[in-house]
Amino acid sequence: MSTFLQSLLIAVRALRVNKMRALLTMLGIIIGIAAVIAMVAIGAGASKMISDQISSIGSNLLLVIPGSITSGGMRTGSGSTQTLTYDDAKAIKAECPSVAEAAPTVRGSGQVVYGNQNWSTVLNGVTPEMLTVRDWPVVAGRNLSQSDVDGAAKNCLLGQTVADNLFGASDPIGKIVRIRKIPFTVVGLLARKGQSPQGQDQDDVIYLPLRTAQRKLIGSQFPDTVGAILVQAKSSEVLEKAEEEVTALLNQRHRVGPSREVDYTVRNLSEILAVAEQSSKVMSLLLGAVASISLVVGGIGIMNIMLVSVTERTREIGIRVAIGAKKRDILLQFLTEAVLLTTLGGIIGMIVGIVGAKLVASLVGWPTLVSPQTIVIAFAFSAGVGVFFGFYPARKAASLNPIEALRYE
Amino acid sequence: MGEVVALDKVAKVYAMGEERVEALKGVSFSVQKGEFVAIMGASGSGKSTCMNILGCLDVPSRGVYCLDGVNVGELSANQLAEIRNRKLGFVFQGFNLLARTTARENVELPLVYAGVPAALRRARALAALERVGLSGRENHYSNQLSGGQQQRVAIARALVNEPAIILADEPTGNLDSRTTVEIMTIFQRLNRQGITVIMVTHEPEVAAFTSRHILFRDGELLSDTPNLPKAAATDGEEAP
Repeated sequence: MSTFLQSLLIAVRALRVNKMRALLTMLGIIIGIAAVIAMVAIGAGASKMISDQISSIGSNLLLVIPGSITSGGMRTGSGSTQTLTYDDAKAIKAECPSVAEAAPTVRGSGQVVYGNQNWSTVLNGVTPEMLTVRDWPVVAGRNLSQSDVDGAAKNCLLGQTVADNLFGASDPIGKIVRIRKIPFTVVGLLARKGQSPQGQDQDDVIYLPLRTAQRKLIGSQFPDTVGAILVQAKSSEVLEKAEEEVTALLNQRHRVGPSREVDYTVRNLSEILAVAEQSSKVMSLLLGAVASISLVVGGIGIMNIMLVSVTERTREIGIRVAIGAKKRDILLQFLTEAVLLTTLGGIIGMIVGIVGAKLVASLVGWPTLVSPQTIVIAFAFSAGVGVFFGFYPARKAASLNPIEALRYE
Repeated sequence: MGEVVALDKVAKVYAMGEERVEALKGVSFSVQKGEFVAIMGASGSGKSTCMNILGCLDVPSRGVYCLDGVNVGELSANQLAEIRNRKLGFVFQGFNLLARTTARENVELPLVYAGVPAALRRARALAALERVGLSGRENHYSNQLSGGQQQRVAIARALVNEPAIILADEPTGNLDSRTTVEIMTIFQRLNRQGITVIMVTHEPEVAAFTSRHILFRDGELLSDTPNLPKAAATDGEEAP
């Protein structure tokens, strides 16, 4: 330990003698580490942004939508018909053991008016379960109740964007708004949710009781049908099991068989998440790889300067050997110097990288994420670069012939 | 008084490309403890090669070199490093102090490699500097010292580990005549204190201060004669 400390002292002194050169040599490592840290932080931030957006839909979700049917020999597109009903949703919740909730929804759009303000928005007919499934609390007022749904009450929940546009800063709870000229009482205000993965504003929405929407607003040839059923599994482990159960149940209820085709589609939303996360992981890996090339270039710079330094200090090495330094001592001395250079560069690079990442975050509005692992890895990597690229020059120093080294001018 | 150095038919052959150069052709002599020996000869006579072997910086091609009773030819590189550290002290023509390093730190260097703790190192380095008359200059950097002072620091460095022998390779080669006398006075004084000194020189005036002259020519020992050492300055006491 004391020999190590001694080498460290010698190394510090040697670097202080040539401050400018040490700094320039470190620059390669500084840039390399800063690039790695910043790139990985930006990559991780992007990855987190994507997964946040996707999970904002809700977690462990299956989406059941109507499938295509053949009508007069023509196959219609997926989702173009109305084959799912509220009863399907009730049955899924009641009969599939892996399912926690099933929330049916119908969707339309319309003009909504309050006082002298008006706004065009998405109208969703839902049941109270919808807020559970989508993990979406109300920040003021209350959720829709089952009796609102059953009695087709004229109550509604507003998304933040709608509330902002109609009410500005004032409190919307208890106020009457006109949706497609029908008066509705605002009973609750939804929390702000932000953008969907597709970039849509999820807060630009009004939730109405399902029955109300089916009867009064969203006219349809099939009055009892729903546009989609969001199914939440009890956990991510049973998500696939839930998918099988829902499929089996719907096949039975819709009498799917040789004479009747499957008229619905079940989509697993967590697959989208997995794919998106995979792609952002690949992106951060690529960014990291590109950045680590600059680290290697920096390492070669270190090796170059260390070789020059060994040549310059040949005489010093000769003196040290004559006085009783062992090969190991000389090796350790130069290796310590190289590692000191790179770790010092690594620390500065880390600071530059983190500051750079934060700067990008604040300038572009892109989130960045500096994880402790990244810092530890970057630090270990910079020390590793020092050992790897310092070893050859150090060995060259240690194997100098002392007689020639002493004679070296 | 024991034999500190014993060379028995020591030869050294260098391969210079195709050519083989025999720098030493089987030299035998021994040095007793407390002697002050001058190894003399023209350049190319083999005296430097002999010095390198004596200093354990080089090993003989043939023959046996015993230092303080140990056959050096059988030792590993690490053991040789240890011998250089503990039994030998080097003084070079070009002083060979570390640049940008204080006198005290230069003197401490052998103790660093010997693993002596810092506080003790400091005390011993200061004591060694005092022995060569450099008290009060321990914090001067080597480039702030005159040639004679630098060589005294080098002598202190050679002394600090209480070696069996001090090997001096043309220690006065870069010094003027007055400083030469100063340095030789220090060597004489150390020798009187019981330290064995072996010195390579080609100057008879310098060799005159020693008590034994070994003369090399063409890789062979030409003569080995005792010498009545010339007294330097006022006997023994501090040089001006």
